[in-house]
Amino acid sequence: MKQRCAVLGIGQTHHAAKRGDLSMSGLVREAALRALDDAGMTFDEIDAVVMGKAPDFFEGVMTPELYLADALGAAGKPVFRVHTAGSVGGSTAIFATHLVTSGIHKRVLTLAWEKQSESNAMWALSPKYPFSPPTTAGAGGYFAPFVRAYIEFTGAPEHIGWQVAYKDRIHALKNPYAHLQMPEITIDMVKNSPVLWDPIRYLETCPSSDGAGAMILVSEDVAEASGKKVAWVHGTANRTEAILYPRRNQVLPQAGSDCAKALYKEAGITDPKREIDTAEIYVPFAWFEPMWLENIGLADANDGWKMVDSGDTMLGGRQPINPSGGVLSSNPIGASGMLRFLEAAHQVRGTAGEHQVEGAKKALGHAYGGGSQYFAMWIVGAEKP
Amino acid sequence: MSTFNTSREEIAIVSFVELSPAEASQLDEIETIQTIVSRATDGAGIARDRIGFTVSGSCDMLVGRPFSWIMAMDGAGVSKPIEESHVEMDGAWALYEAWVRLQHGDIDAALIYCFGANAAEDLMQVLALQLDPYYLAPTGINAAEVAALQASAMLASGATERQFAEVAVRAGLAVSVEAALAEPYLHRPLRASDLPRFSDGAAAMVIARGDYARSVCARPAWIQSMAHIADGHSLGARDLSKSPSLEKAARLAGVGAKATQIVEVHAPFGPQEVIALEALKQAGLSADAKVNPSGGTRAAQSVMVAGLAAIGRAASAIHRGEASRTVGHASSGPALQHNLIAVLEERS
Repeated sequence: MKQRCAVLGIGQTHHAAKRGDLSMSGLVREAALRALDDAGMTFDEIDAVVMGKAPDFFEGVMTPELYLADALGAAGKPVFRVHTAGSVGGSTAIFATHLVTSGIHKRVLTLAWEKQSESNAMWALSPKYPFSPPTTAGAGGYFAPFVRAYIEFTGAPEHIGWQVAYKDRIHALKNPYAHLQMPEITIDMVKNSPVLWDPIRYLETCPSSDGAGAMILVSEDVAEASGKKVAWVHGTANRTEAILYPRRNQVLPQAGSDCAKALYKEAGITDPKREIDTAEIYVPFAWFEPMWLENIGLADANDGWKMVDSGDTMLGGRQPINPSGGVLSSNPIGASGMLRFLEAAHQVRGTAGEHQVEGAKKALGHAYGGGSQYFAMWIVGAEKP
Repeated sequence: MSTFNTSREEIAIVSFVELSPAEASQLDEIETIQTIVSRATDGAGIARDRIGFTVSGSCDMLVGRPFSWIMAMDGAGVSKPIEESHVEMDGAWALYEAWVRLQHGDIDAALIYCFGANAAEDLMQVLALQLDPYYLAPTGINAAEVAALQASAMLASGATERQFAEVAVRAGLAVSVEAALAEPYLHRPLRASDLPRFSDGAAAMVIARGDYARSVCARPAWIQSMAHIADGHSLGARDLSKSPSLEKAARLAGVGAKATQIVEVHAPFGPQEVIALEALKQAGLSADAKVNPSGGTRAAQSVMVAGLAAIGRAASAIHRGEASRTVGHASSGPALQHNLIAVLEERS
């Protein structure tokens, strides 16, 4: 038996390359307090805390949810830690949702964070596996061949990547929390930026950020008693596949499309291209926008880049993608999925501020991780499911 | 605070396997997962296609490599997409996530596995990375020294070293109380027999709902309830001689509601077992419950596995018909900071 769940509170930090003004505890607390304030609640009212973040190697603290319990008012409460690579912010929100939909808790604080300035992500993302030559190329080196393959398969022109990079930085100018604020951005700047991992250019790449995102997820009765506008969870889904197996499509992974299908089924969506007003999808390198649009059925096969080219994915376009500026503008890795989910919730509550998509009723949040093998998604709506 | 800890759906542990330390030390992570997963599913007559959710528990810091569980997952045979999650916690919390998932009533069974390759390093040093990175970790204190602080706090509030020695004998780490007490201190007041013996390990479990559980298991260990609670972290802000989180979790899980025959406690350091049993007693655990009849997990402690192992062994006692109600306990963090309780029952 399944209960309804709603997003009552949303909070995030001001993301930056280095939040030298905050400790890790300060960082998570900034997001948590903003979410509580938004929900009109205090720590005392929270039943459980569900935290996500990417590898502990980024900050060098093992299972930091234990030490952070103090900062989150969680002593005497259940504290939970999810870790599913880059998708973790999404997976964390999904488990928190399940705590409500199962009827176990009524008020859950879910939070995801990363303080990348404490470490070197290139190092932490270049693990040395037994029997494999070390690439020491970070995530960009790992994903560049997938991007090249997408370009080869679809014949997409080179400027698509520049366009996505430009669009998300323009969107970020409307989001005061976004890390990159580049009013001077032009397509030429992206085009002329150096190639980091062929074909990915510097400005087609996400930044390294310190940041956290938090949500207060509540049961239906709590949502209604609050008298506030909430985002209703219409569906959640996650899918995982192994990193290597014969005939694996790493460009358009089956786990991604299976996840989207399961999600649409649960949310009662039959035509995602029309029924979803806006989506926040996990795009750490510009080319992943057209790839994921195809993977989750917002564009037909080979058409993702055309959707970008037509301007459909700009704010004001047919289906704005990443109106917040997305991962390309802020990437506190473990939090990035949570930010996608909470930005989707902002949109259907009508609280996104300057980057609000007019009249958004249904929005999708998406996160992926590992070698394009972990997917977590949700759909939130302005109306009850 | 509103909390609901009783299973709404009928959910049972139907299969549990763990690798012996000797076996685990011979296998790499993928082989380890392959072995335990196939024993817990195929070996128990559970069809893999009935598994609707898979969740694992492990910790990168033990393996010394970020994203260590990703390659290990290959051993679970994931060649087509599955619904899956991973917790950077002991497998017991992976079980908790699976239990929450099954409450929704739309899938029949979930697979849980966990692994801890930890024989190769100085675990006392690695575990100290769990400490507050600003105020505690820079002092250079290691996990055994944190446990020694806790044991000192216990002695100051009335516990005795003889109690610690009794626990060591029960764990098979000393031949007699006198022999334990004759050992020199390693980290005063801790002696060698108070410390865990770390080893490689892995475990897997299948939990299932209602009729499906009955169809694959003669005596399912029904999960009556589960609850977990964390204490605050800062050592100076806690009364280290007690475990309020464990007592609260045990109350929420209703440990005292009926007579319990067996309790499997996961306390990495001997004196912590004294604290854990006192908390459980306060929450109403039967005075005559047998403690750790499996031998406990301290003689071969695999971090990230030992908690699930304690619960799995409590389930196995029901599977074997040795008890009708058992309690499994898992712990995590410095000085027993985080505790989880599962109450398991036989039903006719």
